[in-house]
Amino acid sequence: MKRALSPLVSLLVAITLLAGGVSAVAQTALPVIKIASVTPLSGSQAAMGETIKDGIELALNERVEEFKALGFDLQFAPQDDQADPKVGVSIAQRLIEDKDILAIVGHWNSGVAIPSSEVYNQGNLAMVSPANTAVAVTDRALPVVNRICARDDAQGPAGADYLFSLGLTSVFILQDKTAYGQGVADEFQKRYIALGGQVLGYEGITAGEADYSAVEEMIRASGAQAVYFGGIYPEGALLIKQLKEKGIEVTFLGPDGMDSAELVNIAGEAVVGTYYTSTAADVSGTEKGAAFAAAFKARFGHNPEGYAAYGYDALNVTLDAIKRAIDANGGALPTREQVVTAVRATSGYEGLATNVTFNEIGDNTEATVYVLGFSEAAYPPAVIKAIPVAEYLKK
Amino acid sequence: MNQLQVLVKIIPQLLSDGLALGFVYAIVALGYTMVYGILEFINFAHSELFMFGAFVGTEVLLLLKSAGILADMSPTVALLLSMLVAMIFSGALGVTVDRVAYRPVRSAPKLVPFISAIGVSFILQDLVRMVEEAKNGKFYLNAPTLFTNRITLAPNMVVPEKTLYIVGLCLLMMVALTLFVSKNKWGKAMRAVAQDRETARLMGINVDKVIALTFLIGAALGGAAGTLFSVQYGSISPYSGFVLGMKAFTAAVFGGIGKIPGAMLGGILLGLIEVFGASFLGALTGGVFGSEYKDVLAFAILILILIFKPSGLLGKPVGEKV
Amino acid sequence: MAQHPLRPGPAAFDGKTFAVKDWIVLGLMAVVILAAPLWLMADKGNSVAFIAFLASLLCVYRLRVPAWLRLLLAVVDLAVVMPLVGASSGTFAHVATVICMYGVLALGLNIVVGFTGLLNLGYAAFYAVGAYTYAIFASTQARNFMPFGVYPLSGNWFWLFLLLAMLVSGFVGFLLGLPVLRLKGDYLAVVTLGFAEIIRLLFNNLSKPVNITNGPMGITPIQPPMIFSLRLDKPVHYYVIVLALLLLTFVVVRNLQNSRIGRAWVAIREDELVARTMGVPVVRMKLLAFSIAAGLAGMMGVVFAAMQSYVDPTSFTFMESIVILCMVILGGTGSMTGVIIGALAVIVLQLQILKDASSYLTSLTTAGILNLPSWLNPAKYERLIFGLILVLMCIFRPNGLIPEKRVLQIKEKLGLKPKADAGGNAASKEG
Repeated sequence: MKRALSPLVSLLVAITLLAGGVSAVAQTALPVIKIASVTPLSGSQAAMGETIKDGIELALNERVEEFKALGFDLQFAPQDDQADPKVGVSIAQRLIEDKDILAIVGHWNSGVAIPSSEVYNQGNLAMVSPANTAVAVTDRALPVVNRICARDDAQGPAGADYLFSLGLTSVFILQDKTAYGQGVADEFQKRYIALGGQVLGYEGITAGEADYSAVEEMIRASGAQAVYFGGIYPEGALLIKQLKEKGIEVTFLGPDGMDSAELVNIAGEAVVGTYYTSTAADVSGTEKGAAFAAAFKARFGHNPEGYAAYGYDALNVTLDAIKRAIDANGGALPTREQVVTAVRATSGYEGLATNVTFNEIGDNTEATVYVLGFSEAAYPPAVIKAIPVAEYLKK
Repeated sequence: MNQLQVLVKIIPQLLSDGLALGFVYAIVALGYTMVYGILEFINFAHSELFMFGAFVGTEVLLLLKSAGILADMSPTVALLLSMLVAMIFSGALGVTVDRVAYRPVRSAPKLVPFISAIGVSFILQDLVRMVEEAKNGKFYLNAPTLFTNRITLAPNMVVPEKTLYIVGLCLLMMVALTLFVSKNKWGKAMRAVAQDRETARLMGINVDKVIALTFLIGAALGGAAGTLFSVQYGSISPYSGFVLGMKAFTAAVFGGIGKIPGAMLGGILLGLIEVFGASFLGALTGGVFGSEYKDVLAFAILILILIFKPSGLLGKPVGEKV
Repeated sequence: MAQHPLRPGPAAFDGKTFAVKDWIVLGLMAVVILAAPLWLMADKGNSVAFIAFLASLLCVYRLRVPAWLRLLLAVVDLAVVMPLVGASSGTFAHVATVICMYGVLALGLNIVVGFTGLLNLGYAAFYAVGAYTYAIFASTQARNFMPFGVYPLSGNWFWLFLLLAMLVSGFVGFLLGLPVLRLKGDYLAVVTLGFAEIIRLLFNNLSKPVNITNGPMGITPIQPPMIFSLRLDKPVHYYVIVLALLLLTFVVVRNLQNSRIGRAWVAIREDELVARTMGVPVVRMKLLAFSIAAGLAGMMGVVFAAMQSYVDPTSFTFMESIVILCMVILGGTGSMTGVIIGALAVIVLQLQILKDASSYLTSLTTAGILNLPSWLNPAKYERLIFGLILVLMCIFRPNGLIPEKRVLQIKEKLGLKPKADAGGNAASKEG
């Protein structure tokens, strides 16, 4: 019995000490506003989760002083959902009960965002998503859910339109069998067929593997002019590289999951001549973007990746809304309901990666889908075409 | 049927791709099967030794590149050098893991070492990630390109040069291992320990040393495979070991776990099944099942084989120990 | 030998005299048992109090007082204190619910791994079958292929589906078990692994030609359980439902264990050949173990689907099976209380302690006391810590937190020290 007890007792002591520490730290005179980020920080998708978290953290730190002037102590609470819906839901439970949390920015996986947002909805906690593109995220019309990125049914069709406009009338579709990949690939396929294009093959691959030679040979055999890949850059880059190595000449197009400097690092020279669609134009090209990239590099020691700027914008949209709610509340701490209303009322926000105006279900009507193409093996590629997302939003 | 006829043309190409994949599986499967043969224990962390080797090998190549030597040296030498370093590091790690996490639980109930191995696997993944992130600010690595040529072996069979190197080196390692186990004194000791640990001990064999040697060789092979993998596919992350490890383990069971030739056969067959399954499933089923069913096919074949040959392809039916 | 003050008998304190320090331990436990629930009641949002409360449950279990008193204490804690706390703190109710859910899953897997000594690496597959059974019919998903009926079914069907999913999953377990149960040890392990992957991939792929599972997009929203028109969708509701299911499972499995069937399972585990010789219907008993375990997982799947209001294949990966297996082995293979405590330990660690610790360290960083570089962010190392704990547990408590009683008895008889080889423990005779 004593054997079983001793680790337990020491655990208890440790926890008590920890808690003592927390309460010691938490002693601050100003009312606290906490913003949580929820992204995968461990596991195989940690790279994307990390870069979003860093973008959020950067934006938040820039505005701590501003909120101090308003009389609030702005704090950051990064959470790790491990890309697991189950973990996401329990974090959501914790977050809605932490009274200091006023809004959350997340998630990375639509599969995690959907069940977690049901919980946020119960707790009236506003969520601004930087990266969830699945249509079901906002189509459930939850008042708390908003996103600043484009939906699958905007990006997929935009890709189809562009490919068709290049005169490429036959395509081979690949997707990584995730909610993101399948969602965007299906929307692409619908539009491409509606345009009169020919889909010569539609196959799923397994994310996390490295050998895609079988589907590559099928692409060769099908004689398709183009390949559309619904998925993210680790697999996309390998496909591009391996297709080139195999001498299969096709035009490669992917969605914004391909938007990463790593695409070039992995695929090398093979990346020349490939395209992807994205809701973010070349961020580092603008003055704001260059400053962002420099600040990011200085703080975290590496360059911002694809969604870092979305994280940055999502957080600023959130903080702007909170600030408006504070004003409306006469300078006092707003309630969560007020924050939810204020976030949804966001209109005309001018950001780093995208401008933001939310419609009645929380989709961003001001997003623009850009088509970007590599003319040399250097990231970021050049913007070839800009298509306002409003064209694709229903109604 | 038209689609099938088109696909038939690419069979030689698929064959070479399937073999390249299969040989990597086979080398990793060897690590599982050797440890299993001796300890009857699934070394769940073996995939992490593979991953570790891939990182070490790639880091060596990157070091050569940043020192400016890589461009001047023959790619073969660079590949062999990085493989050697990876083998040394992985082997050492394998022995350390055995010493720290497995030897203390050797006499515990059978599932305990398995859980310990799962723990080790988690630890190694995050440790590698931690070191890489502290060093590079990101946790995945891209290997420099060593070979760019493509060689035409037959009509419809154009193989990148590196694939030939991989198949060749894997074959070499398999032959060396087979010779070692059958001819060398230590190899014989390994077989003796695998057959009956207690009797081997009585015969004066240092069982602990033999087990350490098994981990050393198995892990070194894993490390070599890791480097080859990284060169072949160009990119490696701390989590790449998991999927490949599961496949390689399946391959080991496929061929009859504990049997060295079984692991080789199982690995190669699994590679071929995957590649052919992925490309032909769609055409054969009229588009109902696409290439996303390739793993379903691989596992279904595995289950069927085990039902009819319960000890794997090359495993002999074992009588129950009474 | 001095008599134990509260519960006489030779088992008390390894037969040693009841010394002063034992009184101190007893006193400490009594304090924890009384104080922790009161503390939690007084401060319903305090996570330290919650951990202390869970620890007090352990103390209740280990307390050497008459069984009825322990039972009473446990009932007060679980059925009165916890729901009251849960009503105001959804987090704790949620954690408690997850603990109970995994408690049932661990009890189920324990039948296969612990009692019968068969290694199953694909337990999550049955969990998935149950979850999808409910999810498909309690959402609009069934409209895609069911020619009759109005979908989603209302939450009142939840209760029927608990049973239905149990039957469906149990049947799937039976079908899988039929051909493969004659495989030995690790071959069986790999077949179950492969089978689980097949099930997961099927759920991931069956969105065409007929959309049955909606593929990787998952199924949402799913109806919460209802009693007439009362929606039970608060965390505390799920807690009460799952607690009831856990208790029910516990009683049923306990009775099975002590019956002819349970003894047959253990006989198979200890020595299959001897068991067969003694007339135990080995294949039938293995099938029964497999099916019951699968059924329990299916039942929990229904609760999971309703609670998350979303199912997708990523919830049922190989790692899920491994986590459940870890609970069984950490808790003490074969010991029913042990595996529940294993579930408790793993879940509390994952969902409570590691999260608390990492947010504490983050708060230190933001307060400027510590300056951790990004690569040392504690949120990233939860898996690492979990791995370390697994390894340390294996080395220092190889028979689990609460070893099966039989193991202790055998050791006592053989005069073995606690750390020595566990002769009769689960699966040691496999293969």
